[in-house]
Amino acid sequence: MLNGYGGSILRVNLTTGKFTKEPTPANVARDFIGGRGFGIYFLTKEVPVGADPLGPENKLIISSGPLSGMLAVGGGKCDFTTKSPLTGGYASASLGGLFTAELKYAGIDSLILEGISPKPVYLFIDDNKIELRDAAPYWGKGTFEVEKEFKEKFGEEFQIAVIGPGGENGVSFAHINHDFGRQAGRGGVGTVMGAKKVKAIVLRGTKSVPVANVETYRKAGMALYKACKDAEGLKEWTRYGTTIVVSWCDEVGALPTRNFTAGSFEGGKTLYGPVMREQIVITDKGCFGCPCPCGKYSSMKRYKSFVEGPEYETIGLLGANIGISDIQDVAQANLLCDDLGIDTISAGGVIGWAMEAYEKGILTKADTDGLDLKWGNVQAVFALIEKIARKQGFGALLAEGVKKAAQKVGKGSEKFAIQVKGMEQSAYATHNATAMLLAYMTCDVGAHHNRSWAITYDLQVGRDKVVPEKVARVIWLQNFRPMFDVLGSCRLQWVELGIDRALYEPLLESITGIERTWEDLEAVGNRIWNLTRLYWARENEDFGRSWDMPASRFYEEPPKTGATAGQITKLEDVNRLLDMYYEQRGWDANGMPTPATIEKLNLDTFVN
Amino acid sequence: MRLYVDSSKCSGCRACLVACSLNLFQENNPKKAALNLMPHFPAPGVYEMKVCTQCGDCAQACPTEAIKLNERGGYYVDVDECNLCEACVPECPESVMFVRAELANHAWKCDLCGDCVAVCGTSALWIGN
Repeated sequence: MLNGYGGSILRVNLTTGKFTKEPTPANVARDFIGGRGFGIYFLTKEVPVGADPLGPENKLIISSGPLSGMLAVGGGKCDFTTKSPLTGGYASASLGGLFTAELKYAGIDSLILEGISPKPVYLFIDDNKIELRDAAPYWGKGTFEVEKEFKEKFGEEFQIAVIGPGGENGVSFAHINHDFGRQAGRGGVGTVMGAKKVKAIVLRGTKSVPVANVETYRKAGMALYKACKDAEGLKEWTRYGTTIVVSWCDEVGALPTRNFTAGSFEGGKTLYGPVMREQIVITDKGCFGCPCPCGKYSSMKRYKSFVEGPEYETIGLLGANIGISDIQDVAQANLLCDDLGIDTISAGGVIGWAMEAYEKGILTKADTDGLDLKWGNVQAVFALIEKIARKQGFGALLAEGVKKAAQKVGKGSEKFAIQVKGMEQSAYATHNATAMLLAYMTCDVGAHHNRSWAITYDLQVGRDKVVPEKVARVIWLQNFRPMFDVLGSCRLQWVELGIDRALYEPLLESITGIERTWEDLEAVGNRIWNLTRLYWARENEDFGRSWDMPASRFYEEPPKTGATAGQITKLEDVNRLLDMYYEQRGWDANGMPTPATIEKLNLDTFVN
Repeated sequence: MRLYVDSSKCSGCRACLVACSLNLFQENNPKKAALNLMPHFPAPGVYEMKVCTQCGDCAQACPTEAIKLNERGGYYVDVDECNLCEACVPECPESVMFVRAELANHAWKCDLCGDCVAVCGTSALWIGN
């Protein structure tokens, strides 16, 4: 029995309909701990080199961690790892809500979907009862309708993860929706689920999780809750959630505006957190065990609709980045993406690119199915989201992601495809924020912010500075922050409330019986980071330094307006950032871990 | 003394349910908690929480007198005397008297330990007279 774990790995072979349950290997729990650690372990070990992301060889690996479902101030994080159909590399998307806890209570640490079902199915798990059931009545429907039907059919105790038409139709950035508004959003994890013909996972677990020392655990857990409740920022943070940063980003020039041509938006003020709270928020909506829920549930009177969110990232990408300044319009666009099953960040990225191409005359109405894609045209955006999810007409081009769409259209539009490694950049404009720029360049899934949210550090030490300390900060954050995804817990209690992270050490020890310091955990994080890098190289022959380059906009086109007007990072500084980063990581000049680094991290067995 | 809830402040996180099961059963299992959370989504988008008012109707209904008062003024289930007859369940006006034979060999209810209050980050729960 593994204390702190569900105890088993469940494999579902969709091709044959066979289920296999095996005990969670103790050595994998020791070395990779859980969550995204388990994800990259199984991906590297089991998915063959060169596997088609949408083919039967790829797997979708869904994992909880030792803090998931526990008294751990936010043990609600579930990792979805796969080979990405958007980027061709590593994808790891984190889902909040209640799913990860339920998975663990069903005794499962990793649920691995393999093969391809001959027909649409949904996976039904009720503790030890596991079945593949016909999903024909649900295929083609939106995520909300399907989740509601399953809740009514099976009861409130069941937790549901469901794809929308976007995942069914093979949109490269389709997501998986859960709890009416939480998503495993990035990298096309929903696309892979759709390719496997799995419409939904319906799940209930009623088992108690074994722990090493229940009384010590209870006290350590209570101490973390007390720290959060005593934190100065609790009330303010909980009131606004991630939207607390909209105004700050606008003021410092980090709010992506009109496809990242600027970092401040003249219509930004009506998107700020307090405006949203007052106009549309009706309740806080927490992930599992969270004392400071960032989730905001909103009602849009104009549209007579409800949505969870919008979060900061969505406000950035489906608001300022496409010229929309009304919070109800942004929230409605968010709802359409959630229901149709596509990632709001990537959707905002490709639509922003399309609008810029349209404004520049590279695309015309003849290309856009007659849609007038001028900045801020709300109805055109709604129509385009639908077209993308259904891969209809012009939407089919955007459904491939901004990198491929720009390659097809050409005419210079590649220069304003704002992405790294094929993933659309999330909502921080990085014209003059070198640590955050480096974080995007080197992020393990493409241009995503949450591994290393370094933008506040840029402002702290001087945003244009290119110094080893910044690089070291980015690396430390990349090793440390993703460990929360490994543990199956949320990082925001540490990030936003500033609670002492040492409080997690006795908690983890009392749950698992294994003593680990944050130093130990960061070493695991470093090892995982290197392993994901090796995975990219394994899957892409020409992988290397050029894959780490940001959109050229950030070193060639200073914004004309806003807080960062006239500011830019020089190309030579971009290269210096990479040089320093590779050196500090123990990687060669092409960005590959050196043999010495591989040996030091004991990763030899994963290379050959 | 009794437990109170303001459902409008509840965010549905279930920290209270975990803390409850840890105190009641010394187990990590929110299915074995003595609060009743009912989410209403996607519309109207509200959480409804039911908690024990310590009204004592369950104790009145119990044929084996297994439900007794503790030093905090809370009714608790004496596990040795409960025979799982379920007579208490329909008597509870708040639907917070639990019998699930597949999970436990006795009924359970709130015994006013207060741990749910201690972990609630949005102050939706409190104990008062």
